[in-house]
Amino acid sequence: MAALIPEIAYEEMQGGIPQVEGDPQRRRRPRLRYWRGIVLFLAGAYFLIPLYAGLKFSFENDAGRFSLYAVKAIPSQTGFSAAFFLSLRLAATTTVLTMVLMVPTATYVHLKLPKMRRVLDFVTILPIVIPPIVLILGVLEAAPLWLRASPYLLSLVYVILALPFVYRSLDAGLSAIDLKTLVEASRSLGGKWVGTLWHVILPNLRAAMLSATVLTIALVLGEFTMASLDLWTTLPVWIYQFSQLDAHIATAVSMLSLIGTWVLLTVIVSVDRSQSRRTRRRTGAL
Amino acid sequence: MTTTQNTSPIVDSFLQDLPVAGAQVELDRLVRVFGQTRALDGLSLTIERGEFVALLGPSGCGKTTALRVLAGFERLDSGRVVVNGQDLARVSAQHRDMGMVFQSYSLFPNMNALNNVAYGLRMRKQGSRQRRKKAGELLELVGLADQASKYPHQMSGGQQQRVALARALAIEPRVLLLDEPLSALDAKVRAELRDQIRSLQQRLAITTVFVTHDQEEALSMADRVCVMKSGRIEQTATPATLYSRPATAFVAEFVGVSSRVPVERAGDEVLVFGQQCPVRGGAGATWDSIDVLLRPEDVAIETNPDGKGFVTHRSFLGATTRLVVQVGEIAVRVDVRSEVAADIELGNHVSLRVISRDVLVAPRVGNDLSAAS
Repeated sequence: MAALIPEIAYEEMQGGIPQVEGDPQRRRRPRLRYWRGIVLFLAGAYFLIPLYAGLKFSFENDAGRFSLYAVKAIPSQTGFSAAFFLSLRLAATTTVLTMVLMVPTATYVHLKLPKMRRVLDFVTILPIVIPPIVLILGVLEAAPLWLRASPYLLSLVYVILALPFVYRSLDAGLSAIDLKTLVEASRSLGGKWVGTLWHVILPNLRAAMLSATVLTIALVLGEFTMASLDLWTTLPVWIYQFSQLDAHIATAVSMLSLIGTWVLLTVIVSVDRSQSRRTRRRTGAL
Repeated sequence: MTTTQNTSPIVDSFLQDLPVAGAQVELDRLVRVFGQTRALDGLSLTIERGEFVALLGPSGCGKTTALRVLAGFERLDSGRVVVNGQDLARVSAQHRDMGMVFQSYSLFPNMNALNNVAYGLRMRKQGSRQRRKKAGELLELVGLADQASKYPHQMSGGQQQRVALARALAIEPRVLLLDEPLSALDAKVRAELRDQIRSLQQRLAITTVFVTHDQEEALSMADRVCVMKSGRIEQTATPATLYSRPATAFVAEFVGVSSRVPVERAGDEVLVFGQQCPVRGGAGATWDSIDVLLRPEDVAIETNPDGKGFVTHRSFLGATTRLVVQVGEIAVRVDVRSEVAADIELGNHVSLRVISRDVLVAPRVGNDLSAAS
C-alpha cells in the first residue's frame, strides 16, 4: 500500500498517467477508481435515501414544515413505553436463552461430533426457509395455555429465528481456535468441563458471542409478524398500529428505534474493544 | 537466553518443596482400534520412576495414541494403564495428575504467561497468593520470569512451549507427557529447548514420556527409546544400544543411517564383500535370501586400484566425511575421518571391509539405496 502512494501522487502531479502504456495494471487503475466511486455512491444512495426520507418525514408537521412535534410527542403516546420495554425484555431473554442453548451445543459438536456440523448447518438454516407465520401458528397451536399467555413464548420462538445467525457466528469462532487442544490442556491440568467452558472456551469465544448477540438483538427489536400474530404489542407492532393514527410520530419512533439499535450495538462493540485494549495495555506491549 | 541452571533461592526452594517425584507407569497390552486400523496392537511397556522414555516412530505408528491413552484422552479397547499400582481405567483425564505439553501451542490465549502457569493450581483451588508465587517460581525455572505478563500472541514459539512446560510442571504431575513439543520450532530454538527439557527432567526426577518422530531428539534426550511400528514396539533400549545393536531391520533403518547389502550365506555366517561375518543373534536361518544392514561407521575403506567399488559422492560432516561407494549395483555409505577422506578422490577404486563384530541381517527387499537411509 505504501508503495502505491508515491505513484498516485506522481500521477496526480502529472494530471493523468501519460507513461503507462506498457503496464496493463497501471492502465486499469483510473477506470477502477472511477467504478469504485460509482459503486460507493450507489450503495450510499441505496442506504441513505430511505433514511433521509424517514428523517425528513419525522421532522415535518402535517403542513410539510419543519417541526419537532413528532419527536417530542413520542414519550407521552399511549402504549409506547410498554411496547419499548417489552421489546427490550424479549431481546435480553432471547439473547440469554440463545447463548445458553447454542454455546454448549456448538462446542460439543465441534469437540465430539464434528461430522454433525453439516447436519447442524442444515437444521439451523431452516428458520430462514420456513415463513415466520407458519412457525408462530404451529407454536401457538402446540404451546400450553400458560405459555401462550406469556410474552416469553415469543422469546422461545425468536431463539429459533436467531439460530442461523447465532450458530454461524459461534461456528466461525470455534473454528478459529484450537478448541480440542485447549480443552485437553485444561482437562490435563485438572479443569472440569464447566470450569473449562467458563475459564477457557467462553473468553476465547467473546468476539463470536458478541457478534451473535448483536444479530439476535437486532432481529428481536425488528420482528413484527410473530409478535403481531401472538397479539403482543412489541415496538414494531406499536409502530404499525400507531401509524394509523399519526404517521409522523410512528415514523419518528421508527427512526429513533433504528438509531437506538445502532447506538446499543455500537456500545456493545465499543465495550468489547475497550476491554481488549485495556488487556493489551496492561501487558505493555504490541 | 536464560538457561535452566538457575541457582536462585526461589528456584531452590521450589525444588525442595517438590514431593518425591516420579511414578512407575505400566502399559499392559494396549489395544486401540480406529475403524480398520489398529493404532495400538498389544503395546506393553514399563517405565520406571524418574525415567525419560521416548516413543519414536514414523507417522501413524501409534505413538501419539499411546500418549493420549496414558493421558486419559483416548479410551482403550483392551489393556490396562497402571500408575504406581493404580489402574487408571476409571480415572478421567482431569484426575490423572499428568502434565502435558502439546505439539501445537496450547497456551490459553486469554491468559498471560503467569495465569497460564497458575491455571492448574486454580483448578486445584489453591489461594491466589500461593498460586501466583508458585507460577512465578516456575517461570523463573524455565527462564521466563520477565515474560510473566505477556500474552501468548506476544511470545515466540519457543517461549510459548517453555511456558507450557512450566504450566505442566506446576501441578507437580506424577508423569510428564510431551507430545512432539519441539516439532513446530526452528532448529536453534529446538536444540536449546531440548537441552532445557532434559535438564529440568533430570533435576526434578520426574517420569517423562516423550513422543517424537525425530530420532535425533529421541536419542539425545531419552534414557530409553521405544521404536514403534504399526502399534507395536519393535525395540526398547538405551539410545546407544538402539543405534549400535538394532534388533530389527526396521529399527536399523529408522534409527541412524544404514546401507542394505545383499549377501550370500556361508554356513552360520554371511559373506560381506568377500569377508565372513557372524550374524547378530544368529537370525535369518530360515530366510531364502538375505541382506545385511551396515552402519557407515561399521565399514572400513581402503584405496585399492583393484577394488570392486568406486567413490561416487562425498559429504563433509565436520570431523568425519561420508563417502558413497558404488559396489556393482549397491551403494554403500562409509564414514571416514575427514583427514583420511581428503586422500580419497571421487572415482577412486576402493575396497571395503566390515569392522563390526557381527552384522544385522534382514530378508531381502531390494537393492536400492533409498531403502537404506
